[in-house]
Amino acid sequence: MNAHIQAIAATQDRSAFAALFSHYAPRVKAYLIRLGCPDGQAEELAQETMLAVWRKADRFDPAKAAAGTWIFTIARNLRIDQVRRERRPELDPDDPALVPAPAPEADLVLQAKQHHVLVQNALQALPPDQARVIALSFFEDKPHGEIAGELGLPLGTVKSRIRLAFARLRAALEQTS
Amino acid sequence: MTAIVHHPSNSLLLDYAAGTLDEASSLLIATHLTLCPHCRAEVAAAEAIGGSLLDDLPAAPLRPGALDAVMARLAAPAEQPTLRKPQPSTWLPRPLTERLGGDDPSLWKWRWLGPGLADLPLVSDRNRPSARMVRLTPGTGLPPHDHGGRELTLVLRGAFGDRFGRFGRGDVEETYPDMHHEPVALEGEVCIGLVVTDARLRFDGFIARAMQTFTGV
Ligand SMILES: [Zn+2]
Repeated sequence: MNAHIQAIAATQDRSAFAALFSHYAPRVKAYLIRLGCPDGQAEELAQETMLAVWRKADRFDPAKAAAGTWIFTIARNLRIDQVRRERRPELDPDDPALVPAPAPEADLVLQAKQHHVLVQNALQALPPDQARVIALSFFEDKPHGEIAGELGLPLGTVKSRIRLAFARLRAALEQTS
Repeated sequence: MTAIVHHPSNSLLLDYAAGTLDEASSLLIATHLTLCPHCRAEVAAAEAIGGSLLDDLPAAPLRPGALDAVMARLAAPAEQPTLRKPQPSTWLPRPLTERLGGDDPSLWKWRWLGPGLADLPLVSDRNRPSARMVRLTPGTGLPPHDHGGRELTLVLRGAFGDRFGRFGRGDVEETYPDMHHEPVALEGEVCIGLVVTDARLRFDGFIARAMQTFTGV
């Protein structure tokens, strides 16, 4: 999938775009439906997301993120912009105020493909109660306070599950870097 | 510069990465991320989780002809949003420079709240968390208070202290209901920070309460 995005950036390769589209557009649509978008809006935003993938392909950096991660962030930002009608505050990598990482590895320079497999394995290895809280964080448009209420758990329990899950994921990612 | 000691919780970073965090809190997190490579790596890991979950979702088929419809639009130029880039600042992260229009605090439209204390609302919506800049001169404190909800404070200049520790540039204090504290600006520079509250602060004294009614803090 990374190669497809790079082919779009290099040669505006339409067949690479079609391949990306057939894999990601239905998943982006599913993601938006999970977050409560009606079918028509999810369809429209999934198409807009893929259009943005085409237009921003030259900004894709496979050393920083896997294709799925990059497309996830585009869909996420479009939803905030169009559904919540807010501008997502984001850091600017060229900001002169940006404090650089002391060593390059701190900014996760794992090759994206390897990274992606590691994240998937680590997610699957999480205890179910931790995995559930992590998945709900992405698929419910609610902060953790409300998710805790829904699960009938104290916020502290939800937060400690997240802390534990993160520690495991970071450990899994750092093992090979 | 001394290193950042106090980071926002993983829970907040995850909400930010997932895109479910409100605008005011997201503003604070994006500002902290500019100053904190450690939390940038945490958010990158959380976004990788989002990507992995996206890859594993069962497909929701698009309407017939969707690919052709998008293909037909590929050649059209993108509408360029007319975002006015602020003058870059070496000390104030871009997410704030954008909202404040510049990085010179003497030009900001501060509201006087009391001796040594001023604020400037940035995000205010009655039913959602709000964000404001707060300025404290050394030795000045916020009135003692606890919270009906979560309070986040990010220091950009100077430092303050309370019973939870010392908070300097880049540090984030995250407090929850019933965590009573009394932040006081420490000696040295005027302390400037970004404060996000998701419910009204509950000040203790009568005068502080009257001030609260007046200013809407
Ligand atoms: Zn941090």
